[in-house]
Amino acid sequence: MALLEVKDLHVHYGGIHALKGVSFSVEAGTIVTLIGANGAGKTTTLRGISALVKPSKGSVTFNGKVITNTPPHEIVGLGLSHVPEGRGIFANLSVDENLQMGAYLRRDAAGVAKDRDKALELFPRIRERLQQNAGTLSGGEQQMLAIARALIARPKLLLLDEPSLGLAPQIVALIFQIVKAIAKDGTTILLVEQNAHMALKVATTAHVLEVGTLVKSGPAAELASDDAIRKAYLGVH
Amino acid sequence: MTTFLQTLVSTLSIGSLYALIALGYTLVYGVLRFINFAHSDVVTLGTWITVSLAGAFGWAASGSPAFALPVILILTMAICAAVGITLEFLAYRPLRRAPRLNVLITAIGVSLFLQNFGQLKWVFGPRYAGSPALLEDRTLVTVFGVGIQLVDVVILLLAVGLVFALEMLVFRTRLGRGMRAVSFDERIASLMGVNVNRVITLTFGIGSALAAAGGLIFTLKYSKIGQTADQTWVLLGLKAFVAAVVGGIGNVRGAAAGALLIAGVEQFGAAYLSPKLQDVYVFLILIAVLLLKPSGLLGKAVTEKV
Repeated sequence: MALLEVKDLHVHYGGIHALKGVSFSVEAGTIVTLIGANGAGKTTTLRGISALVKPSKGSVTFNGKVITNTPPHEIVGLGLSHVPEGRGIFANLSVDENLQMGAYLRRDAAGVAKDRDKALELFPRIRERLQQNAGTLSGGEQQMLAIARALIARPKLLLLDEPSLGLAPQIVALIFQIVKAIAKDGTTILLVEQNAHMALKVATTAHVLEVGTLVKSGPAAELASDDAIRKAYLGVH
Repeated sequence: MTTFLQTLVSTLSIGSLYALIALGYTLVYGVLRFINFAHSDVVTLGTWITVSLAGAFGWAASGSPAFALPVILILTMAICAAVGITLEFLAYRPLRRAPRLNVLITAIGVSLFLQNFGQLKWVFGPRYAGSPALLEDRTLVTVFGVGIQLVDVVILLLAVGLVFALEMLVFRTRLGRGMRAVSFDERIASLMGVNVNRVITLTFGIGSALAAAGGLIFTLKYSKIGQTADQTWVLLGLKAFVAAVVGGIGNVRGAAAGALLIAGVEQFGAAYLSPKLQDVYVFLILIAVLLLKPSGLLGKAVTEKV
C-alpha cells in the first residue's frame, strides 16, 4: 500500500474552486513531484494534505490512516513534515531554536540530538550559524534551515513546497542534491516545483497540474521526454 | 536628596505594578495580535478577590499570619488565570478567524461586562472596600531620611521574581518557544506540532495570573479599593497599556522597561513639576515615543531577507 493516498481532493477558497478532484499516491521510498504553472494548485494540494486548508471533498490517507480531519499539529506527529512555501522560518527565533521547533513533539532528547547532528551534516552552513537570528540568513540558508528543521521531526514523508524559489542556480543545484540524498536515506518526498527541469531530474514519478486538475502522470524520465511537457514546462521549442 | 530617593522608591513600586499588568497586554498581543481591553478588569478582579479572600480567611485586620500573603497570592493568581482562560474560550476563540476589529469590540464588551457584573450585590457590590492588612506597616531602614517600607520591598521582589520567571518561561522552555513561534506565524507553528489553541489558552492564563499579582500589589499599596466600574481601573489599565506600547508591544522585556519609564516619568514629574499633571506626563511620553520610535523602545521591526 502506498505511503500517501490522495483521493478526489477538492479545495475551495471562498468562491474559488482551487482543486477540482486531485487523486494520486506516493509510494514509500520514492520522490514524487507535482509540477505546473503558477496558480495550478500545487501549493494548495500540499496544504490540503497537511490540513492547513480544509478540503471541501475527498480524502487523504497517510500510512494507512485517514488524516483528512486530523489537525495539522497532530499530523506532524504521525511522521508527515511540511516545508511550506516561502520556507516558513521563524525570523524572531535563533537558528538553533528553529531547529528545536522541528523537534517540538519529540521527547527523546538523545534521538533528537542524533537527528540534529545528521541534519547539520547535510547542511554544514547551518551549523556555523546556530546562534544567529534566523531572519538574518540568506534565502538559500533559510531553505536549508527549513529542510533541516523538518528532518529533525524524523518524517516518513517530507512535503517540499518550491525549495528552489528565488534562489541562485548553484544553490538550487545544491538543494536538489541534498533532496536526493535525503530520499536515498529512506525519507519519502513529495516535491512541488515550478522548476520542472530540476524536479523531473530527481523525481521517480511526476504529475502535471493544470488549473486544479491532474492532466498527466507518469515516470519522471518519461514526462521529461514528452514533447508537450517539454514545450509547456521545460522551455524547449 | 530626600525627595529624589523618596520618588525613586515610589517609581520602583508603582513601576512594578504597571509592569505586571503591562506584561499581560504584551503577551496576548504577542500571540493574537489584538489588544485585550478586558485585561485591566482582570486586575480589578485580582484586587477584589484579594479583598474577599482576606475577609473570608479572617486576615483582613492587621496581625494576619506571615503565610497569609503567599496563600492569597497563589489563590488569586489561580482564580484569575481560570477566569482569563474562560474568557478566551467563550469570547475570543469563536472569533479566531474573524476580522481583528470584531475581536477588539468584543474585548470592550467583555470589559463592560466584568465592570458591571462585579457591581452586582451578590458579587462584590457597588461599594468601596478597604485593603486588607496583609503586610505589617513597618519601616525596614532609613536612608537619607527616607524610610524604606516593607511593602515597597515586597512589591519590588514579587514583581522582579515574576518577571524573571516569565522571562525564563518565554526564552528557556519548550512552551516559551511555542509561544514565540505562534507569535511569528501560527500556521507554521502548527506545522511544527504546536497546538496553537493550547498555547493561546496558556498565554491568557499566564497574563491573567500576572494581572492578579498586580491586583494584589494594588491592595498592598493603596488603602481604598474602588468598585469594579470605578475610573481608577481604567486609568491604571491605560497606563500599563501605555507602558507596553512604549516598551514595544509584544516584547516581554520592553513591557518591564516601559513600565519603569512610565512610572518614573509620572512620579518624578509629580514630585518636581506638578502633581496635578502626573497623568499628562505619561501620555506625553506615549506621544513622543510614537512619533520618534513607533515600534517602541525595545521593539524592532523584524527585517527579513528573501
